Amino acid sequence: MVIAEKRMHDPGNNSKPVPAINAGIKRFKGKWTPAMAQHLAKRTLFGASPDDIRFFAGMSLQKSVHQLLNANEAMPEPPLHYLNDERFTDPDVPLGSTWVNQLTYTGMNNSRRENSFRAWWVGLMINQERSLREKMVLFWHNHFVTEMRSLGNALYGYRYNSLLRTHALGNFKVLVAAITRDTAMLRYLNGQSNTKKAPDENYGRELQELFTIGKGPGSHYTEDDVKAAARVLTGYAIDTKTLTSNFIGNRHDDTDKQFSAFYNSTVIKGRKGNDGILELNDMLDMIFAQEEVSRFICRKLYRFFVYHVIDTITEQNVIEPLAKTFRKNDYDIKPVLQQLFESKHFYDAGNRGGMIKSPVDFTLGLCREFKVAFPPPQDYVNQYGLQQQLYQQASNLQQTLGDPPNVAGWPAYYQAPQYDKLWVNSDTLPKRSQFSDRMMLFGFNTKDKTKILVDPVAFAKQTSDPGNPDVLINESVHLLYMVELPQKDKDYIKTNILLSGLQGMASDHYWTQAWQTMLTKPADAANLKNVTGKLKNLYKYLMNLPQYQLM
Amino acid sequence: MKRRDFLKNTTAGVVIPYLVNGMQVKAMAGTPLMNAMSRYMNDDRVLVLIQLNGGNDGLNTVVPFDQYAAYQAARTNIAIPQNKVLRLNGTEQTGLHPALSGLQQLYNAGKLGIVQSVGYPKPNFSHFRAADIWMTASDSDKVLNTGWAGRYLDTVFPQFPQQYPSAAMPDPLAIQVGSVVTTALQGPAFSMGLAISNPANFYNLIEGKTDVDVNSRWGEQMDYLETMSLKTDEYAAVIKQAAMKVTKQGDKYPAAGKNSLADQLKIVARMIGGGLKTKIYMVNMGSFDTHAKQTDTMDTTTGSHAQLLTKLSEAITAFMDDLDYLKVGDRVMGMTFSEFGRRIKSNASGGTDHGAAAPMFYFGNQVKAGVAGHSPVLPATASVNDNIDMQHDFRSVYATVLQQWFYLDAADVQRVLGGVHPLLPIV
Repeated sequence: MVIAEKRMHDPGNNSKPVPAINAGIKRFKGKWTPAMAQHLAKRTLFGASPDDIRFFAGMSLQKSVHQLLNANEAMPEPPLHYLNDERFTDPDVPLGSTWVNQLTYTGMNNSRRENSFRAWWVGLMINQERSLREKMVLFWHNHFVTEMRSLGNALYGYRYNSLLRTHALGNFKVLVAAITRDTAMLRYLNGQSNTKKAPDENYGRELQELFTIGKGPGSHYTEDDVKAAARVLTGYAIDTKTLTSNFIGNRHDDTDKQFSAFYNSTVIKGRKGNDGILELNDMLDMIFAQEEVSRFICRKLYRFFVYHVIDTITEQNVIEPLAKTFRKNDYDIKPVLQQLFESKHFYDAGNRGGMIKSPVDFTLGLCREFKVAFPPPQDYVNQYGLQQQLYQQASNLQQTLGDPPNVAGWPAYYQAPQYDKLWVNSDTLPKRSQFSDRMMLFGFNTKDKTKILVDPVAFAKQTSDPGNPDVLINESVHLLYMVELPQKDKDYIKTNILLSGLQGMASDHYWTQAWQTMLTKPADAANLKNVTGKLKNLYKYLMNLPQYQLM
Repeated sequence: MKRRDFLKNTTAGVVIPYLVNGMQVKAMAGTPLMNAMSRYMNDDRVLVLIQLNGGNDGLNTVVPFDQYAAYQAARTNIAIPQNKVLRLNGTEQTGLHPALSGLQQLYNAGKLGIVQSVGYPKPNFSHFRAADIWMTASDSDKVLNTGWAGRYLDTVFPQFPQQYPSAAMPDPLAIQVGSVVTTALQGPAFSMGLAISNPANFYNLIEGKTDVDVNSRWGEQMDYLETMSLKTDEYAAVIKQAAMKVTKQGDKYPAAGKNSLADQLKIVARMIGGGLKTKIYMVNMGSFDTHAKQTDTMDTTTGSHAQLLTKLSEAITAFMDDLDYLKVGDRVMGMTFSEFGRRIKSNASGGTDHGAAAPMFYFGNQVKAGVAGHSPVLPATASVNDNIDMQHDFRSVYATVLQQWFYLDAADVQRVLGGVHPLLPIV
């Protein structure tokens, strides 16, 4: 790694200059290490479990990235109706069946279905395969924002989420076309009420400002372009019977649309009646002819997967070549991600551990890393109930899945200069510790006392020699942190937590003995309590340190 | 604090301590009325617990002067020479390890006492289990999930932490200097203690800085996180405020980093001096697990155990001096404890193995200095398995502190400690 001090040009520049990372987009050819495999897993999955790390470390970098991009997961089974009670029993959908084919809508059934959807989505993240898909669903949700609470029908939210999943690793241009016609988006950004008589600019604006061109230095579309785009998009509607999107030809503005010099003064020829629907592709061809689209998306991917600051060196060495790859592949997403995740830049030591975990990474990542056991699918009542509680926890930490705060997404992904630091404030930091403490000490319960809870002994067994306090602490730290913990801290933890204050090398055997006794005499309750108590304190402590906030 | 707890205990001298052979009691100072008054005024009393991790060798700490021959015979390789034992004013029965000159002076000044042979029936010889017993105040064969001090604090400050910090109790109920709050402070559902993970973090908190190298992407993030975590502890502000009130402390402390216990106690003094209403502080020092070479072979008054006791003595002496300097000495009582003592007979490696009962030190301007109990009775020819018999159940010490130092109701004391335990004449 070559480090050079450079002032950043990025408006997200913090007051403290951080050394630039000169390593570029060239393929990494050095030795593939477990630490690199862990870095890859942490960034592309929700948390990296010891199994994930071993899995990727056991294959090459190329195969690891190939696995993540080409897992070819089947589309998941739809969400289930999981809760009837004295307040509401759904007359149309039996317990354990899906509600996504049910078009009857009432305020009563909808909140249940929203909860079902949220619990279901959390379940998909927790049970994700070693695939980039679920993280990309979240990326696109943050990019093409809709807010469930404003949709009025959980079905729209489910379909929108499935659409993101279908195209998560597909073609960006195809996704833009699909999302434009998506029922949730048509409602959220008023596409359904955009008619030739009363054009609504909402979607036409966000399509350019937030979804494709962005507001970067190379973006120069005009207010007239917003108006023209809105007119192109007139005529879309939602069929109230089928709740699907359709196109009503006589609402479409069939006059020609003139765009600005930024778009080479393109004119989108007006099309009549139902042919008006074809103008969307004409316009997307025009928009995607702008190189700024590829740069905007690659910058956003970089901030989501690598680091929040994009300095001049990164812009030249990383964003520019990625954007070129994006364009060259007609906006297929995979080649860009493959290039990024195989690059020297991504694995540069300076890039590891430099992101603050999002609430979803923190909460669900903890569950995955500690392999917290959830009820099996047949016990969907408790499974959904517990997943719903995790949704709530992430929401308490300021990331409400399905409901970003506004159309721009979560500020942590765009708000300079703080970016991901915004996740951690005086309110959320103690709450993060409360969550990890609770997962370690009490867990979360459903009404019938089904519980999720960390098993600290099982996690300790992931280390190569848990009876050796140094090995246990060292390897636990490496499994949980992306950054090093100073030796003095490890010594401190050993003495104060594992050895109850006993000092000196000769004391290590007290822990070793306790661990061995637990294995040989599992019925010794006092010893088991002692060992589990110490391990709980150990992991609670490690998760309370700031290092655990980083990934 | 619940008002009844100190109202009910304002009459001096109603508690009749049971008398123990050879007990030395400091003459009562002041009139009963003054005493009652001071009890009213002393709602701000503080207890400082010093844990000696590893099992301190009681026999070489408090040397049974009246049984020197048996002592010497049991420990030929590590016994402290008779003429080196530090004598205590007014008693022939016992003396102190020569490293404890500071404690000797405190004793002679009426500010430190000894409770002899503290333990419990059916002693346990595992460090972890024995420490748990001391922390939870359980019987040897029972497992409790809460700590004795935690149960006390829960009695006095119910519904912690929901209702706290409050106007009446704006400060942490208990402070542990150390990474993990001890089991002793575990309440029914929550720990009643706040941990100041280590002295360096404490000074970082006060000075509002972190020790992170920001010269990297992750370092820059860490710096932010550490700053935030210092800022967001709900008690951080009051701790900082208290610390800022104390700009100068006593000058007897060893240099920072030389004596960990002294470093910890210096922080405790600063918190108390700064006006925190915190009731209990817990500090600790390790390395008392002296299985081998606890003394130098040529000079048994030196070696690893002597070094530990030197630090202990220095730390307590500097702390007491500082408390007076800060004018809070009358509010504070301290005591040492260890999970067990060590065997009567030393082993062939010049050390001692896990044992049973052992002496405890207690100190403070307001304690009744003296020696509670007699020297342990040592067999003329000690065998490997001989242990010191218990004279005082450790829960008697706790009961006395709760009832006579903190003025907790006798009924509450029984509830907290799960039964009746005779009181000792130490407060």
